[in-house]
Amino acid sequence: MQSNDRQMPASDLDAPMPSKRMVLNMGPSHPAMHGVTRAVVELDGESIVQMKLDIGFLHRGFEKSCESVTWNQCFPYTDRLNYVSAIMNNVGFALAVEKLCQLEIPERASWLRVIGSEVHRICDHLTLIGAMGMELGAMTVFLYAIEARDLLWDRLTELCGARLTSSYCRIGGVARDMPEGWDQKVIQSLDRVAELREEINGLLARNRIFMDRTQGTGVVTREQALEFGFAGPCLRASGEPWDLRKASPYLVYDRLDFDIPVGANGDNFDRYMMRIEELRQSDRILRQCFQKIGPGEIIASDPRYVLPPKPEVYGTIEGVMHHFKIVMEGIKVPAGEAYSYTEAANGELGFYVVSDGGGRPYKLGLRAPGWPMTASLPHIMKGKLLADLIPTFDSINMIGGEVEQ
Amino acid sequence: MSKAVIAALLERFPDAVYQPYVGVGGDACAFVQKDRIADVCRFLRDDPAMDFKMAPYVTAVDYLGANPRFEVVYNLVSTSKNHRVRLRVKVPEAELSVPSITPIWRGADWFERYCLDMYGIQFPGHPDPRRLLMYDEFVGHPLRKDYPLKGRQPIIPEREIDDLFRGPGPAGRS
Repeated sequence: MQSNDRQMPASDLDAPMPSKRMVLNMGPSHPAMHGVTRAVVELDGESIVQMKLDIGFLHRGFEKSCESVTWNQCFPYTDRLNYVSAIMNNVGFALAVEKLCQLEIPERASWLRVIGSEVHRICDHLTLIGAMGMELGAMTVFLYAIEARDLLWDRLTELCGARLTSSYCRIGGVARDMPEGWDQKVIQSLDRVAELREEINGLLARNRIFMDRTQGTGVVTREQALEFGFAGPCLRASGEPWDLRKASPYLVYDRLDFDIPVGANGDNFDRYMMRIEELRQSDRILRQCFQKIGPGEIIASDPRYVLPPKPEVYGTIEGVMHHFKIVMEGIKVPAGEAYSYTEAANGELGFYVVSDGGGRPYKLGLRAPGWPMTASLPHIMKGKLLADLIPTFDSINMIGGEVEQ
Repeated sequence: MSKAVIAALLERFPDAVYQPYVGVGGDACAFVQKDRIADVCRFLRDDPAMDFKMAPYVTAVDYLGANPRFEVVYNLVSTSKNHRVRLRVKVPEAELSVPSITPIWRGADWFERYCLDMYGIQFPGHPDPRRLLMYDEFVGHPLRKDYPLKGRQPIIPEREIDDLFRGPGPAGRS
């Protein structure tokens, strides 16, 4: 309610409109709330006075479940964190355990992990752009983005046998090598994805409606972004050039040539443009990967952590016993604790692992990139229009699977 | 290097920071006295040579059987200096509270609420100390090691929605 400090209205026309605050429940099941998130907004007219987020509807006890299974059995659980880019979660978890084991992985496995991650980064960004377009009224964009994404998911099916839940990594390497001629198929798909990407960008970047709804809305300054714990494209959109692939390179990212796009305004439009530019960079990375990848082993040959080769399992009693011990008891990760971080599609994906020397994780802490960003939404949206909540929610890219664990 | 940060902390807070060590993979780590963690964090944020503008991850661990039983782990990062430190705070079961660092970095908000929800650790100074993922009527703290994997919860009677803003829940909840 606006306070009226005028003593007496000059005429009835100048009298203030009687207004009352309204409380609106968005969600838990609302088309614009990805997954099931409940946002309670208190409105004064169309502007948000106060907002609260209520999460937990999708909570399925990720950490507790992982503490009760062996280290390798955690991979399917990590798939379901950010279900749009499952391989990146696999890689993040595998690197955390390998850090604790101090296990070196073969070079080809590193390249394959980077390839899987970058394909999934493209999928993740395409999903975001498609959903953002759709929720702002551009249905065509959604269809184009999903066409491009499904093309890449088909390639991933050929690589690891599943579209979404890839479970591609193993501790010490990856599950399988890429099929014959797969690299050429991926490059063909990337050409088509590039066409669709430019078409999508042509439809959105100079679109009056899209610009009006995204430019200058959901602004996060550089200081705010750091304080809120932003990461990834959202942090870079606010002007902070921070990318873990450059700041602390892991796998083979130091041998690849790519740029880090940085925004200036920190609004929804910048966050969208970050995604478009990162699609271009991931395309570039993938093409380099296929040139640079060499032949070799795809999994380390350390008998403490890796299953023995199948001929040995079926041919010798030692092989059977070794296989049995690893499957039934789990690998014995040395006691200790480690925090490992990777640059996932939305930012820093961290795993804090604690081992007591047994076959199961003692603690598996997950730092999901979308978590602090979703938490900051009520601060960003205070005093803004309700209509701006939709593009902001989209561009922050809250993924229910990882935020609610 | 990140080890210089730990050295500076030891010099500045000789009575609060103890047992520095290098973790696996070369991480710079140290233990901090429970009551001083907010001071240490504020120094790390405000000192221009440290410039820790971000707290990417705060979590807790339950070392059942050890004394003190709980531990809160702070992973901090300085994007300008590319430094990372991990500070660990031991929390005894008898006194389950750690000063909140949410006033220092607002990004720690939901991480602290998560620790409250899952481990029952209180964070005095937190602006909105409520459960994060579990519902209010949930009994116990699910990530504690003595909470069973298939724990059962009592059935909650259906309630009148008396306050739309706060949602259904126990009447008179603050």
